[in-house]
Amino acid sequence: MLTFKDVTVKFAGVTAVKNLSFDVPEGKIFSIIGPNGAGKTTVFNCISRFYTPASGSIEMNGTDLLKLKSHQVIREGIARSFQNVELFANMTVLDNLLTGLHPNLKKNIFSIALNLPSVKRTEKESIKKAYEVMDLLSITDLAHEKVSNLPFGYQKMVDIGRAIIAEPKLILLDEPVAGMNPVETEKISQLILRLKQEMNYTVLLIEHDMSLVMKVSDYVTVMSFGEKIAEGLPKDIQKNPVVIEAYLGEVEDGAEII
Amino acid sequence: MKQLINNHKPWLILLVLFMLVYPFIVGHSGYMVSIFVMICIYAISAMSLDLLIGYGGQISIGHAGFLSIGGYTVAILTSKLGLPFLLTLPLAGVVTGIIGLFIGLPAVRLSGHFLAVVTLGFGLSIPQIALNWDSLTGGYSGLSLMRPSFLSSDLQFFYVIVVMTVLITWLLHNILKSRMGRAFLAIRESEVAAQATGINVPFYKTVMFVISSFFTGLAGGLYGYWIGFVSPNDFTVVTSFLLLGMIVVGGLASIPGAVIGAIIFTVLPELTRSFVGVTNIIIGLAVVLIILFRPHGLISLFDAFKAKSKRKAGNDQDLLISEQEQGGTVKDVNI
Repeated sequence: MLTFKDVTVKFAGVTAVKNLSFDVPEGKIFSIIGPNGAGKTTVFNCISRFYTPASGSIEMNGTDLLKLKSHQVIREGIARSFQNVELFANMTVLDNLLTGLHPNLKKNIFSIALNLPSVKRTEKESIKKAYEVMDLLSITDLAHEKVSNLPFGYQKMVDIGRAIIAEPKLILLDEPVAGMNPVETEKISQLILRLKQEMNYTVLLIEHDMSLVMKVSDYVTVMSFGEKIAEGLPKDIQKNPVVIEAYLGEVEDGAEII
Repeated sequence: MKQLINNHKPWLILLVLFMLVYPFIVGHSGYMVSIFVMICIYAISAMSLDLLIGYGGQISIGHAGFLSIGGYTVAILTSKLGLPFLLTLPLAGVVTGIIGLFIGLPAVRLSGHFLAVVTLGFGLSIPQIALNWDSLTGGYSGLSLMRPSFLSSDLQFFYVIVVMTVLITWLLHNILKSRMGRAFLAIRESEVAAQATGINVPFYKTVMFVISSFFTGLAGGLYGYWIGFVSPNDFTVVTSFLLLGMIVVGGLASIPGAVIGAIIFTVLPELTRSFVGVTNIIIGLAVVLIILFRPHGLISLFDAFKAKSKRKAGNDQDLLISEQEQGGTVKDVNI
């Protein structure tokens, strides 16, 4: 579905990502793991078109993403959440979700200014949809809260909600459980599995929490210092000595991540 | 009680009715009507500026320039080309909107201090251009213009202004609560996230400037027709700061806030007129006190009151901030 081919990203001499290739299969949960600074978020920022790779190609179902601007990426069916939660802090939960629907709504300034029935109707529909998403995340009672007043765990939920409301094909989740307690982590992992199983989303996941990665992933790619060092099924990755070395520094017999 | 406060419709109808009978309440006093008209003109401008600063987070401290352009547009088009009122007034908006587009284009690349300086330069230069472009603007002596015969009396034109004010408020309200308004807020809150949710940030920043200057231009046009005369001293950079004061004191990102600000900043100078020199001190004091004690503006008093009555009604879910106000604090805008 999403194909990276020999992608290299450089920042003023530092090579953040080196010759990275992978292919996210449709309907699967694909995880990218790796130590801090491995270049994982850089990968996401390339997909979102905040960064432009020095070389290589990124395609989504055959469309060249590098030709698009960052606000056009969502039209290809790619939505994302952010590592440190980039929500619209002074807007309500409902408004945050509705903003996620932006690409699907009417643009004509005249019909908007005159509040024509067509605008009212789409607005009503989108509010209904926002409530469906909030139901899914069980945050309906927070609809009119300002996001900045919510605990971090709920903010993450809203961030994910804003990504899924536009019904993308591929969802990029950047460390969805960072800073969460085990109960919240469990909730999110259930949610990610539901996204795949019930709603047929494809998920590209960056995560440090190995328990989550091992539980939900269909496929794992490991990055270290900008390069792919391993890929495979979660259970194989767990035992891969190269991966263990990247995380722990040296290999002992029988060592295993989690 | 709670319902009365939360249900806006009866209040709005009452307000519009009040506007319609106002000239009769004040016994057709030309002075009182004139104050009311200035409130309307400043209210339109303040709401437009609020769209830009309060909602969109784009600073403009030269907004009076757009008022001037609106005023001069109607004056030039009527006195030099003899175009009819029904054409000149919309054109005041269109011409100002086009100039707003040109000011908005650099805004795409600039933000914060830099944008403030660009708009300040704009606000400073417009009166200078008006002063020096004699052949077009009449220079120091300004331009006078005639109202059309069917609107020649002040009372008739008062109603034109009331209708325009209500209409523009409604249009701005619709825009701001729509997907477009949410896009503006989103850009204010996080450009990165806005971009990722499919909002074309440069485009919407430009659109903000165009919409804001369009309506401000209309206000300027109404002013030109009301006074019947425009001059370079009508809207200087001081007016720009006053407009900024209105939206901050009233409450950023709130249409009623902008209106309250416009009322205060029009009425205060009139009340203090007899004490020469005190006006600016009082205005300055008001701004400082409100920013200190009510950083969300006067409109937040209503919200606090609303919250209280809600709590009294035993409906105390964790209500935090009202849904009405979109939470622009003074701190949100970094000049």
